[in-house]
Amino acid sequence: MDFGLSEEQELIRDSFQGTLSRICELDVVRQTAEAGAPLDENVWGELCQLGMAGLLIDEDYGGAGLGLLEAAVVAEELGRRVAPVPFVASAVMAPLAIGLGGDEDQRRDWLPGMADGSLRVGVAVSEIAAGAREDAGVTAGNGVLSGRALFVLDAAGAQGYVVADNSGGMHLVKADAGGLEQIGLKTIDRTRAISELSFENTPAEPLRQGEGVLQTIIDAGRVMLAADSLGAGEVMLQQAVDYAADRKQFGRPIASFQAVKHMCAEMASELQPCRALVWHGAYTMQHEPAELSLAAAFAKSHVDEVGRFVARTATEVHGGMGFTDLMGLHYWFKRLGVNRAYLGSPERVRAEAARLQGFTD
Amino acid sequence: MDLNDRAEHKVFREEVRVFLDENKHLAPGESAFSFRMRPRNLAEEVRTWQGLLVDHGFTSRTIPKEYGGYGAEVDILKSRIIADEFFAASVIQGLGNQGISMLVPTMLEHGTEEQKQRYIRPTIRSEIVWCQGYSEPNSGSDLASLQTAAREDGDDFIINGQKIWTSGAHIADMIFCLVRTEPDAPKHEGISYIVFPMDTPGIEVRPLQTMTGTPSFNEVFFTDVRVPMANVVGNRGQGWVVANSTLKHERGLLGDANRSLDSLLRVKKLLQNESLDGRPLMENSLFRDRFIRLQARVQAMRLHEMRMITDAGKGKERGLGDMVVKLLGCELNHQLDGLGIDIMGEIGVLYDESPMLRDGGAWQANFMFDLGLIIGGGTAQIQKNIISERGLGMPREPKVAPKAARA
Repeated sequence: MDFGLSEEQELIRDSFQGTLSRICELDVVRQTAEAGAPLDENVWGELCQLGMAGLLIDEDYGGAGLGLLEAAVVAEELGRRVAPVPFVASAVMAPLAIGLGGDEDQRRDWLPGMADGSLRVGVAVSEIAAGAREDAGVTAGNGVLSGRALFVLDAAGAQGYVVADNSGGMHLVKADAGGLEQIGLKTIDRTRAISELSFENTPAEPLRQGEGVLQTIIDAGRVMLAADSLGAGEVMLQQAVDYAADRKQFGRPIASFQAVKHMCAEMASELQPCRALVWHGAYTMQHEPAELSLAAAFAKSHVDEVGRFVARTATEVHGGMGFTDLMGLHYWFKRLGVNRAYLGSPERVRAEAARLQGFTD
Repeated sequence: MDLNDRAEHKVFREEVRVFLDENKHLAPGESAFSFRMRPRNLAEEVRTWQGLLVDHGFTSRTIPKEYGGYGAEVDILKSRIIADEFFAASVIQGLGNQGISMLVPTMLEHGTEEQKQRYIRPTIRSEIVWCQGYSEPNSGSDLASLQTAAREDGDDFIINGQKIWTSGAHIADMIFCLVRTEPDAPKHEGISYIVFPMDTPGIEVRPLQTMTGTPSFNEVFFTDVRVPMANVVGNRGQGWVVANSTLKHERGLLGDANRSLDSLLRVKKLLQNESLDGRPLMENSLFRDRFIRLQARVQAMRLHEMRMITDAGKGKERGLGDMVVKLLGCELNHQLDGLGIDIMGEIGVLYDESPMLRDGGAWQANFMFDLGLIIGGGTAQIQKNIISERGLGMPREPKVAPKAARA
């Protein structure tokens, strides 16, 4: 048994960490967020140089052919820097959907462009993964889609979309297809682009081998969100520890007060085991695929809970400064908030875990 | 990352299974936890089983042969395989008492050759049962302030004082004890770690009634107890360092993820078997949600343990990941007991004797005992100090200067 990263995986982590610390300072995050841009071109470009977009795409189509564990390692680093780039949908869910569910023609058409970052694909599965709000939903028939999909990930600026219909079929839609409208949704988290898509007899191509793939990409997306939250949470803890060491009250650093130390110790304790849940969820995709859905459900739901706890506690350690825009701590707070709600709330994911184990119908 | 056994470990797992198939009828039908919760004199079959496990290397595996152990190389994966296979077969993997888990590693690290020869073999075979004399009425979390005093008299120490929370003192053959031998030294430097028989004249043991109704620990009084100075383990005055190596071992023992998994599976059985208004509780979505929450935590702790084991195998130093295990594991166990009780509702508060009692009343007893474990071995708050200071590098709370006496 070996429950750890390989040397290659550690190298991937180190190279993303190094690059992100160089090019993705808080200022860059702030500029992208304030401009309402879907991504920072420089960060996106450099990360594509490192192979981020093609991480999971087969070498035959110009990708690196790596696994979900490598993607989780990258997701954690992106979360650490609240990096304003598309990833969960465009570099993980969409490539998996097309790689696993597309036929040869579809893979040839889409994957090479996605691998080098020239083609970005958003993913519209919220109605299936998290449940339908506002009576949203998409119906498919005769090669066209109609209806509305909410909370579409990595949507703004994308050239295409993977769209799930109400009965779980998956479709490829080009961004310039007729009858398609993309409406940006502003969430608390301005580091990632979310949209609503509306379809009116919009031409779409079904993913021809898509059976069972929808659940797989949802599971993979859940593991990525958990990894992103883990990275974001670890950084919030570190910022709280650093701030507490600097800030003096009553003539001493507030880090020497047990009330503050215990808050930090609780955050550290809750965060520590999360890494094993995330890695295991990612590992199962290739090695124990029958376990993926349950492992992803545990990772998503548990890290969501820990993420909320850390987001509020780390902010609290910063006192009034935590509440200001000056510190920028809120970018992490908000990223964690969005990760929790996406692709299934903890409650919904736990209910799925109960069904997967046969506890209920 | 590869969660499968490599070839050597596959073979080893098979060996453990064969042993269990052939011998499990000899095992005492009780868990190590129940022996911890209710320390009592050991039946012959328990000692025989313990000896059999030592001989086959399924407990005390890495203790050198010359001290009665199996002398295996440290292979943390094999230890894990043994634990998992015994757990899967519901067979007790020997007794995890304080002599075995705490005294023996300390002896190996700090004891003289003569002490090792004398004590280790009978201890791992449970022929000598130990208790731990650390806490005192006024020295709990601030253990280094302990006052039990040892004064020199020729080649002996004469010990006077009192210990408390001494688990199993009423059945122990020996005690490992912290006493103040250098009254003028700073508090951490005046303590010695010393061992002596519990039938030494001048020792009085009074069982302490606890909230569970079963006495598991005691007060121990020392009145002019004469102990040879040669019984000090490690150097005189160095007892704090020696004891800390022991406490480290205790902290590891307390957060065992297999025990959490065992609790979780019993909670699941309750959810499936208990009914309310004629419907199985498993149909109740609120209880299901509580169950899955804890299931994710148990899974996290099990996987986290695997990660820590892998790191240790690669020679990485113990760090934050190890420090959090006691705090989280003990809290998790307590929450699992609490969920079990809630599933049973009013039946869950029955105790002692009732035809409706489930599992012999173990749920309430565990709920209370596990709170004890949150407090014992370094309280949750002391654990948080350790995590924040040693793990996160935060400063210690400044010492409060004693106030000048008022006129």
